[in-house]
Amino acid sequence: MSGALAVRGLQAVRGSKPVLRGVDLDVAAGEIVALMGVSGAGKSTVLRVVAALEPFAAGTVQAGGFALHPGPVPRESRLRGLRAKVGMVFQAHALFPHLTALENVTLAPVHALRWPAAKADAVAMELLDGLGVGARASAYPRELSGGEAQRVAIARALAPDPMVLLMDEPTSALDPARRGALGEALRGLARQGRGLLIATHDVDFARAHADRVVVLHEGVLVEAGPAAEVLTRPTHPATRELLLHEAEPA
Amino acid sequence: MACAAVLLGVALGMGACGRSASTEAAAKPPFRWGGDAEGGAPFVEADPADPRVVRGFDVEIAGMIAEGLGRKPRFVQVAWASIGQSLERGDFEIGMSGVEDRPEMRERYALTIPYFEFQEVLAVRPADRDRYRTLADLAGRRVGTLGATMAHDLLLEAQKRTGLVPVSYDDDIHPYTDLVAGRVDAVLLDNVIADRSLRRTGGFVIQPEPVATGAYVGVFARRNTALRDSANAILRARMQDGSLEASFRRWEVWSDAQAAYHQRVLAEAPAEDGAGATRDRSVRAYLPALARAAGVTVVLSVLAMALAVALGIAVAAGRVYGPPVVRVALAVYVEVVRGTPVLLQLFVLYYGLASVVRLPAFAAAVIGLGLNYAAYESEIYRAALQAVPRQQLEAARTLGLSEFQALRLVRGPQALRHALAPMTNDFVALLKDSSLVSVITVVELTKQTAIYATNAGSWVVPGILCALIYLSLSLPLSHVARRLERRWSVA
Repeated sequence: MSGALAVRGLQAVRGSKPVLRGVDLDVAAGEIVALMGVSGAGKSTVLRVVAALEPFAAGTVQAGGFALHPGPVPRESRLRGLRAKVGMVFQAHALFPHLTALENVTLAPVHALRWPAAKADAVAMELLDGLGVGARASAYPRELSGGEAQRVAIARALAPDPMVLLMDEPTSALDPARRGALGEALRGLARQGRGLLIATHDVDFARAHADRVVVLHEGVLVEAGPAAEVLTRPTHPATRELLLHEAEPA
Repeated sequence: MACAAVLLGVALGMGACGRSASTEAAAKPPFRWGGDAEGGAPFVEADPADPRVVRGFDVEIAGMIAEGLGRKPRFVQVAWASIGQSLERGDFEIGMSGVEDRPEMRERYALTIPYFEFQEVLAVRPADRDRYRTLADLAGRRVGTLGATMAHDLLLEAQKRTGLVPVSYDDDIHPYTDLVAGRVDAVLLDNVIADRSLRRTGGFVIQPEPVATGAYVGVFARRNTALRDSANAILRARMQDGSLEASFRRWEVWSDAQAAYHQRVLAEAPAEDGAGATRDRSVRAYLPALARAAGVTVVLSVLAMALAVALGIAVAAGRVYGPPVVRVALAVYVEVVRGTPVLLQLFVLYYGLASVVRLPAFAAAVIGLGLNYAAYESEIYRAALQAVPRQQLEAARTLGLSEFQALRLVRGPQALRHALAPMTNDFVALLKDSSLVSVITVVELTKQTAIYATNAGSWVVPGILCALIYLSLSLPLSHVARRLERRWSVA
């Protein structure tokens, strides 16, 4: 499997406080990696650095063949190559409230990629249908349930056909049945050859649907390996602590 | 002046002379008389040596009447156009500040005998001396005057006959400065005022042939006819003993014609009040004028708001996205505009900048209100742009939208929804603030109502009508805003 995402020696600071202290991380094409850790471990920062929303101090990031360098975040006009290859689904889905589900999905293809409207509509409907929300295409975000909004947000991120999909706590608004359905949908995306990096502290979800698990603790990667192994026989106290809190709602 | 010195002396507790007269005067209530010191000399003006004291021939005549009544005069400042209504309210007993003897006044108030005859004279620019000699020569031209005066009535009649365009001012100085500046082609006003302006500012000529003659009177409320009759007796006595002449000579408005006029007045029997034919003052007669003025208010407000929105968006975008220099400059603009009265801004734009750029009144009104409201709009838009959650902008970035696309497709539309309700409120406020532009000669709804009220002698019906028109404009707007807000409520 070729590498969709490669992170080496990543360091990031917020103010004067180090948030990431040398993180190495790989996601292969067709692989689902769960990025785990308690709140404040640095999970979101990793995603935001890879999505070029936050600067980083040291290290390298290779995402979908696009290289990011330490220092300030480049201007959007210099990030076109990254934007085409890396999609992101935000924790609170961040759908645009003034647009319908379909318009949310077609916005980037029509305006950023300059697809004809008919092609964008067709691709968007296919994505929405594939995620089981085709019937809700003309609904506004406020009319969607948490699960529906989550899947529309995934469709929106997938519309430009990215190699890498970043997801921040995708299960936080879902009931157990919906989590299962989401897991199935993500598995389908991986089968298409995409690499998925999912920040989560939902142990059940990671165990059921991730290929590999990496555990972050205070900005350092403390444990990594196949999901079944790491989550069954944890070696680091931070992982054990995660498992202790397993029963609590996310 | 000697009398004033005595009064001053008494007031200071040092008066040794005239003790018996002043004790008597002190026993009676003061004789309150109303006038407008803004009208200036030679009628009533603040004394340059002591602005708390007024002087002028009307001041002296009021003093003579008070003296004749054995009372002390006390000046009450009142806006010239409101003299009649303040009189009805009982703010003072007599109004006299170049008040004209007009049929409407005779119908409504008890007038003294006319004590001064004046001519309505036409002032034109020197180059137009031979072109505009009479009102008939001014067909289709703009002619300025003071609102609610005999001259204004004359211009309104000429408008019907010849299509001359009357321009009504709130004061008697700016008609002449606007004449010199070329904003109007002639000014019709009393010769006293015209002569004064010629001395003060110059730059125009007065046509020798008067358009009409009129006379100044003192006004009493109808219930006060007995006091009016006493005042008439005093005025006749002062005409006979030459006191009036002496006063008019002091103020350099005496002439042989005036002497002949005084002789005529003394020979005549007092004129009957309310003898003039009753004029049509029904609501219906004023409705077309009010409707037209409401149209001016609407067009003015819509244009000013359009300017304010366009400029406001530019200012807000500059303050959110611009470099530091631009941000500071725009912040200064916003604070200066919001920190000074819109009335002052209109004056500066229309009169203050007249030597640099000579804006037509309506354009100045649109620009003045537009610039003013742009400052407020920009703050609304800035707050609305900043109210859009950061994650929305990040989502737009991760989708590959450029910064401008993110503003146009994501941030702008959401900000508009935040801004809509305050914008509508501002438009309703602008609709009402548009009444301020009457100070720069635009006759809009409130000004037209004031003209109507002055002529009708009451604010009750005109005020209610005017309020109904404003409400019929603003209530539907507020309703639409509430509906849009509900429909667009951001989840």
